[in-house]
Amino acid sequence: MRKAKDWLPGFLLVLPSIILIGVFVYWLIFRNVSTSLDRTVTRASKRVTNPGGLENYTKLLGSDDYQHALFNLLVLTVVFVAGTMVFGLLWAVLLEKGVNAEGIFRSVYLLPMAISFIAAGIVWRWLLSPGKGDQAVGLNQLLAMVGLERFQSGWWQSPSAFSMAAMALPAIWQLSGYVMALFLAGFRGISEDQREAARIDGASEWQVYRHVLFPQLSPIALSALIIVGHMSMKMFDLIYAIAGQNSYKASVPATMMWTQMFQQNNPTAAAANATILLVLVAIVVVPYLMYTNKTEKETRG
Amino acid sequence: MRNRAVATLAMAGVVSVALAACGSTSDNTATGGSTPGGGASTSLQTKAGGAGGDVGVFTWWAAGSEKKGLDALEALFKEKYPNDKFVNLAVAGGAGSNAKAKLASDLQNNQPPDSFQGHAGAELADYIDASQIEPVNDVIQALGGESVFPKNLLDRLTVDGNIYSVPSNIHRANVVWANVAVLKKAGVNQPPKDIKSWIADMDKIKASGVSTPLSVSGTWTQVQLFENVLIADLGADKYNGLFKGDTKWDSPEVKAAAADYKKLLSYTNTASDGDDWPVATDMVIDGKAAYNVMGDWAVAEFADKGKKQDQDWTWFPTPGTDGVFDFLADSFTLPKGAKNPGGTKDWLMLIGSAEGQKAFNLAKGSIPARTDVPKTDFPPYQQAAMDAFKSNTIVSSIAHGAAVSLAWNADISSAISKFYSSKDDATLVSDLAAAAKKNLG
Repeated sequence: MRKAKDWLPGFLLVLPSIILIGVFVYWLIFRNVSTSLDRTVTRASKRVTNPGGLENYTKLLGSDDYQHALFNLLVLTVVFVAGTMVFGLLWAVLLEKGVNAEGIFRSVYLLPMAISFIAAGIVWRWLLSPGKGDQAVGLNQLLAMVGLERFQSGWWQSPSAFSMAAMALPAIWQLSGYVMALFLAGFRGISEDQREAARIDGASEWQVYRHVLFPQLSPIALSALIIVGHMSMKMFDLIYAIAGQNSYKASVPATMMWTQMFQQNNPTAAAANATILLVLVAIVVVPYLMYTNKTEKETRG
Repeated sequence: MRNRAVATLAMAGVVSVALAACGSTSDNTATGGSTPGGGASTSLQTKAGGAGGDVGVFTWWAAGSEKKGLDALEALFKEKYPNDKFVNLAVAGGAGSNAKAKLASDLQNNQPPDSFQGHAGAELADYIDASQIEPVNDVIQALGGESVFPKNLLDRLTVDGNIYSVPSNIHRANVVWANVAVLKKAGVNQPPKDIKSWIADMDKIKASGVSTPLSVSGTWTQVQLFENVLIADLGADKYNGLFKGDTKWDSPEVKAAAADYKKLLSYTNTASDGDDWPVATDMVIDGKAAYNVMGDWAVAEFADKGKKQDQDWTWFPTPGTDGVFDFLADSFTLPKGAKNPGGTKDWLMLIGSAEGQKAFNLAKGSIPARTDVPKTDFPPYQQAAMDAFKSNTIVSSIAHGAAVSLAWNADISSAISKFYSSKDDATLVSDLAAAAKKNLG
């Protein structure tokens, strides 16, 4: 047992944050889970609105609407993550190659992130208007103006089952710059010596990237993947601003949660939905945290 | 400091009640009436010039004609109750959906506004059930009760003998707005009698070069269009039965209505789920569409764009719903735990007064809930609506919370939104039937 003098001041220093996080994160998660298991009955007619226990979850997961929302979320996440990674990496490579006025380009790419999802969503609602032909506005009108009318689309309201991919457009536009900044920082962290050494050994420019630079960026790529991926799963504001409430085509678990809570007046179903969402995000984030913990320990020796 | 001032005023209020009870005269005007509907209430005590303090009024009237109406009320409130300070707590967003979410959390946190706007009818039932609003029988009686409000309206507001809100205005939801020039060009001179002849007219309009004869907008405007088709195809009685369980949502009539609705959508523009209503009404104003089914708040949009009735635009009840008044009403409440109930009652008295109703409804383009407001001051459309309100069969609107609770409305809305992309009317009917089962039991 170490002396209290050694550990007590440090412990007292972190105690307030332990208490605050304990109450406002973990206690509320616990409350949310316990709410999600409630059995609820309407006051007047004694109808059972939530059967209680795990049945709340099977009922929600079994409903077509929820499965539709989960599928939308999958499409959105895949396209959004792939899009931001591709554009983020592309821009980072271009800037890293050395351009004039790099600061200006960096700001231009990062700027969309400074705009709130709601404000951007209002603009993108108009840009992604589904009207075609003589009703075209926004992107469809732009396509018509440059003679690409055949690429006009209903965007997220098109009949395709994968229409949610269009909802990733504004999200990619907003967050590619952020991924670019992450990668750019990664490139800057690699010393020039290594590239020179590779070039002296006769490596082509592609080989320098493929075998020297990219492998060293993989931790950053993983962080970017996790950050963007979990943002996508929680995304609500952008979708709400673009599609309004009760939109079936654009429904994801997060927008359904809003409907359950504020329109259907059913906090139990909303809590079950929230718990499922938390588990989904945890499946992605927890292995990442474990991995970084492990590598950090290894590097510390 | 302010708290002390409020407390002093509250004390003054208590004293004035005591004085009035003793029958002595005081500076305070006591407006009273008999106890209404068996509900426990005392006669209303108000103070000349208002009870004082802030009166926070929560609405979704943040833009357009609605804001003008609210501004007119605010000006009148300032004049009538100089002691009170009006605080505008409006939250923007079509049909009040954003506002209702904000309100729900405020009520949950016991931070109610001094008065909030609510659609009269089924939508208030949620608040009453949760004991979040208090009866205002005394205000209704002081205003004149059944002698000034239509009885069928008060019946709809009464729950277990108590009235929980003061109606400010009435709107009609089954109105088609039409562009005169577009109709003339297509050779359509008579308002159609039923949905079938309406569709025939739309074919003519399409042939004359207008590719989208009918305009729609975001999800709730689609719900409103569908509700119009339901009234047309079912008739008032069967339509009313939908909300009591007497008419089945998967009955042949509803199936026929869903098919008609599908047909109508084939004449419309491609709308985005998130659009608000003026997008669709503006299409009629600009001649890009001939018809738009919208509540009669659209009159203000026409006036705003400098368009004249009969010359530029015309209206008729949605084909098949002539003689029916699809109503929705806004009303104001006294939330439980309101910080300044005296101020709330001043506000409610103003809302319910003939003067307040006239000022507000003239600006908003709706009609007064009171029947003693002279018709002559209103523009021609409202005069016609006031006549219709008195003589027509009155039914409640789905899209605007008069017929169904918020939860049921949400279920119907998602079914309609789903239909908009799938155009599968069999699924629409089964979704609607499932929603009815869930919400009616």
